[in-house]
Amino acid sequence: MDQQMAVNGYIAHAPGYVHNDGPKLITSRFTHDDSFTLARYEATGGYEGLRAALETTPAAVHDEVRAATLLGRGGAGFPAGVKWGFLPPGKHPYYLVVNGDESEPGTYKDRLLMERDPHQLIEGCLIACYALGLQQCFLYVRGEMALAQERIAAALNEAYEAGYVGRGICGTDFSVDIVMAWGAGAYIVGEETALIESLEGRRGMPRLKPPYFPAAVGLYGQPTIVNNVETLSNLPWMMVNGAEAYRRYGSESSPGTRMFAVSGHLRRPGVYEVEHGVTTFRELIYGDNFCQGIRDGHELKMFIPGGGSAPWFFAEHLDLPLEARPVGAAGSMLGSGAIVIMDDTTDAVKAAWRVVKFFARESCGKCTPCREGTTWLEQILRRILDGEGRPSDIDLLLDIGDNISPGPYPVAAHNGQEAVPFPPRQTTICPLGPSAVAPVVSTIRRFRHEYEAKITRRDPIPIEVVPVGASQ
Amino acid sequence: MTLSPANEALAAEIISWFPRSRSALIPLLHLAQEQDGYLTDDAMRHIGELVGATPAEVKGTAGFYEMFRFEPVGTYMINVCTNISCLLWGGEELLHHAAESLGVEVGGTTDDGMITLEEAECIAACTEAPCLQVNYRYRGRVTHDDFDRLVDDLRASRLDIPRHGALSAVRQSIPAERLAGVIPPEQAREAPVWLGRNDVEVAG
Repeated sequence: MDQQMAVNGYIAHAPGYVHNDGPKLITSRFTHDDSFTLARYEATGGYEGLRAALETTPAAVHDEVRAATLLGRGGAGFPAGVKWGFLPPGKHPYYLVVNGDESEPGTYKDRLLMERDPHQLIEGCLIACYALGLQQCFLYVRGEMALAQERIAAALNEAYEAGYVGRGICGTDFSVDIVMAWGAGAYIVGEETALIESLEGRRGMPRLKPPYFPAAVGLYGQPTIVNNVETLSNLPWMMVNGAEAYRRYGSESSPGTRMFAVSGHLRRPGVYEVEHGVTTFRELIYGDNFCQGIRDGHELKMFIPGGGSAPWFFAEHLDLPLEARPVGAAGSMLGSGAIVIMDDTTDAVKAAWRVVKFFARESCGKCTPCREGTTWLEQILRRILDGEGRPSDIDLLLDIGDNISPGPYPVAAHNGQEAVPFPPRQTTICPLGPSAVAPVVSTIRRFRHEYEAKITRRDPIPIEVVPVGASQ
Repeated sequence: MTLSPANEALAAEIISWFPRSRSALIPLLHLAQEQDGYLTDDAMRHIGELVGATPAEVKGTAGFYEMFRFEPVGTYMINVCTNISCLLWGGEELLHHAAESLGVEVGGTTDDGMITLEEAECIAACTEAPCLQVNYRYRGRVTHDDFDRLVDDLRASRLDIPRHGALSAVRQSIPAERLAGVIPPEQAREAPVWLGRNDVEVAG
C-alpha cells in the first residue's frame, strides 16, 4: 500500500501529507524520513533564520513580521505582528505560550509540523522571543499526540545541547528556556485563555473578557503572547528570505502559504501546503495537483470550509479563494485550515448531529447558554434521527441557537438570499457554543426538507454501512 | 501508590522549570498515570503536596481532562474516532464492530484486562479515516479485519506499544549549565538584556 501511495504523492513516513508541486515554505523537509533530527535540520538551512534575526535588532525582526502580514493560523486569522504589538511596554516579564493543542474537528497540520519538523517550530519560538523580549516559552502539546511530544522533547534536548536554546543562545546575550507542557484531553484548551488556565495547573476554562488579549494579562497575570504552531513555523523561512519574498506568495491580504487538511469523500484526501488566497476551493477539491475530485460516482453535497466550528458551504461557494475576507463575507471562515467534503450519500441531519455532539461533549460548562444549549441541540437532533422528532423541533433548534448566538447567524448565500457574514454574536465567553450552532443553522437553511421528512416519517434512520477504504 | 523515588526526582526537575509549581500539575499527573496506568488517590495526594494543591484541587483539575483515569483500565486503550471525517468513512461502524468483536460496551474493558475500548473525538488524522489510537499511537484507514488483527497482535504482545499511561518515550531534560533560569512573575524585572540592542541601534 505504501508503494502505491508514494506514487500518488503520499509519503509513507508522513501519513496523510501529500507532496505536490507548488511552493513549500513550511513543509519543505517533510520528504526526508529523518526531517525531525537536528542533523537534517542543520543540513537543510536550519537555525539560519535565528542567526539572521540575531544579527539584527529585536525591533527589526518585529517590523519584518509586521511587514509580511503573517496571519495567525490557529483559527481567528489575526495578524501576528499586530498581536505582538499589544504587549504593554515595560511590564516584564513577558511569556510565550505555543498553542499545540490542535483538536478542531477536521484539522491536522500542527501535529504534522510538530512530528516532522520540531526544530522549525523551536526556531520560530526563538525568533518570536528574541523580537519581543519574551523571557520564557511554554510549548503546550495536545495530550493525545504521543509522537509529537516525543519529537518535540527529543528536538529540545538536541537544541539545548547544541546551544540553540537556553543560556547564551549561539554565544550571544539572548537567553530563553523552552519548556514542553502537556494537555490531557480537552478541546476547549485550544482557546488561548483556557490554555493559560491549563498551563497554570487548573481546569481549562476560558477566562472572562475583557481583557481580550493575553498580551495584556496572560500567564500568571503577565503579558503573554499565545501563538499557534503553524504561525511560528513560518518565522524561520521569513527571517532567511525576508518579508518581501514572503509576500510574493499568496495574495495581498493573505500572504504566504497555508496548510490545509482536506478530508472526507475524496479521491486523494490529504494535508496540502497551498498558496494562501490564490487557490480556490474548487482547485483544491478537484485539481489534479490536489484532491483530484469527489470519490467515483458521486457528487459534492456540502463541505465544511474551516473546521468543525465553521458554517457549511455548498457547490456555489467552490470558486471562493482560500482567503479569510471573501470566505467571511460569504458567511463562514477558513478557521483552522480544515476542509471536510461530504458527497451525495451523506445524511445532512446525521452529519450535523455528529458535529454538535462533539461540541456538547467538549463544552467546559462555564457559560449556561453553551452548557445547556449544546446538550439540548444534540438531544433534539438525536431524537429526530431516532424517528422521535416533533414538528416543532426545527423551530426549537433555531431558537436554542438564537440563545447562544443572538440575531442572524452567519450563513452562506442560498437561493438569492444574502449571506450573513462571519463571525457570529455570542452570549458566551468563548466561541465554542456558537460553533455548535453552525452545522444546525447551515443544514436547516439548506436541507430543511430532510429534517421535515425525518420528522414526518418518524422512521429511525438506519446506520448506513460504508465499505471502509473503498475508492480511497 | 505515591510517586516512586525516581519519579519524585523527575517531578522535582519538572517543577523547577516552571515559575509556579502548580503549573507542573498536568505533567506530574501524566507521570503518575505512566507509573500506575491510572491515577491513584495516593499519587494525587502526593502530587498535591509537591505542587502546593489540596487533594480536592488535584482531583478537581484532573477530572476536567479526559485522558486521566481514576480506575484501572486495560493494558491497551483503543480510542476509535467517530467524528465527522471518520463518520464519513465508517468510523461508527468500526466502533460497533470493535465493541462486538471485543465483547465489551464502549467504555468497557475486556475480561482479561487487556483492552479498554473508547469512542474518541477528532484525533487529527482526518484524511486517514477511519482512524484510531492504541495508547495514543495512530492507526489509519482501519478496516474491520485490520482491527481484529490489531487486537490479536496486542494480545500476543507483538507490537512495541508501552502500556496505558506512557506517552512520549523521550523526556525533556535541561543540562544545568544550559538552563537560562525560570522567570517568576512577581520578580519586578527590567527588560531582558538583549532588548537593549534596540536602544543601541537608535543611539548609534
